Amino acid sequence: MTLRLYLLQRLTAALMVPLIVGHLATIIYATHHGVSAAEILGRTRGSLGWALFYGLFVLLAAMHASIGVRSVAADWTSLRGRPLTILMWGFGVLLLLLGARAIYAVVAS
Amino acid sequence: MSGLNQRLHTAGHRRDLFWVAAIVHRVSGILLACFLPIHFLVLGLAIERTAALDGFLKWTELPAVKIAEAGLVFLLAVHLLGGIRVLLIENLTWRPSQKRLATAAIGTAGVVALLFFLRAL
Amino acid sequence: MSDVIAVSIWRGRGEGRYVDYEVPRLDSQTVLDVVTYVQRHLDPTLSYRFACRVGVCGSCAMTVNGRPRWTCRTHVEKVVADGRVEIGPLANLPVVKDLATDMTRFFEKWQQAKGAFTPSKTRHDKVAHIMPASPARVEVDKAIECINCGVCYAACDSVRWNPDYLGPAALNRAWTLVNDERDAGNKARLAAVAAAGGCHSCHTHQSCEQHCPQAINPTASIAGLKQRTLGAYWSGALT
Repeated sequence: MTLRLYLLQRLTAALMVPLIVGHLATIIYATHHGVSAAEILGRTRGSLGWALFYGLFVLLAAMHASIGVRSVAADWTSLRGRPLTILMWGFGVLLLLLGARAIYAVVAS
Repeated sequence: MSGLNQRLHTAGHRRDLFWVAAIVHRVSGILLACFLPIHFLVLGLAIERTAALDGFLKWTELPAVKIAEAGLVFLLAVHLLGGIRVLLIENLTWRPSQKRLATAAIGTAGVVALLFFLRAL
Repeated sequence: MSDVIAVSIWRGRGEGRYVDYEVPRLDSQTVLDVVTYVQRHLDPTLSYRFACRVGVCGSCAMTVNGRPRWTCRTHVEKVVADGRVEIGPLANLPVVKDLATDMTRFFEKWQQAKGAFTPSKTRHDKVAHIMPASPARVEVDKAIECINCGVCYAACDSVRWNPDYLGPAALNRAWTLVNDERDAGNKARLAAVAAAGGCHSCHTHQSCEQHCPQAINPTASIAGLKQRTLGAYWSGALT
């Protein structure tokens, strides 16, 4: 792990702390009131606030998770150098695309 | 590396609280990374129609799935608190009291995670 | 309490095996005493390394019942489990023979971390005044008593999983020099410890801190380097 990846990893972690607390609180609130598509979508559809919240969350999580996966793969697999970089970017872009699609689904569709 | 010990002579450190905390942090991170794409895919079901998402959410009423869900909340809470622990150790100036602080953080992580787990069940 | 200790000692190189010996139990006996007894009375072909026998030279570290320890200052009584002691070479280093490891890579990494003092003055300059209570010197004091025994290096899973990682001892040494007001080599040093395999490869397992016989906390020293390299990065001194 080099300095820039380390910095991004810690920065995204720190920024996600309040987002995760909010996410956990939402999960607990929602499960106590019964999860349904109508409930989720009623909350999120057309809401700029939730779009921004989840948009930032997906972006940070994609960066954080892909750097983390790279670190673990460097330690626990025989991957080195270029394949590691490809794995990191591949996983990050995958999360970003799927995350963007999910946000579009619950906010705009 | 040739000539390196074939046998892992040293394993005692893997019983230490701090080492266990670091590994729990790493393993919870790996599991969350595996879960995230699935999570996004399921939410993406709403693109097709609300019924598809509801169909999936019906399925989440099954007890086994409920336990798995609680497990995910547990993982997220544990990874969050483990991460806060790392950020504190890396960025605060170390004082003698800090070891206790780190341990307290681990303890809080366990208790809070357990509470989440029980409530979500 | 039995009057003999059942001792298992690693014999051979990477591919070897543990061989059992019986050693009489004595008062205030150290693990090094046990190894020495085996070599003097039971098998003179046993190889191991030691020098001072009083915890200063750092050459007698071995794995004792699964943990790296300085054997000359470890009482058998404290580590014996069910009357047994297993003694192996330090982990994470190639074995030369039996209990003696090849520490070449360990010390090469000290060089790589720029662990040598870089003078900023000559012998013709006045002696520098370093106040013992100055914050930088206080940091140095916390980390300076390292005896290069390799215990932290053997206990570190980050080293085990990433053979290029410089390890706790070399980085701890770099941290003492980063805080040495007389040193002029910090630009190169911070670049060295921020490179691949440097301080950012530490995953904060804290095993070094748990095992250091000198009660040094290399995890804290490495955290210091992480902060200092980030500071240098922000200010543009590191790219």
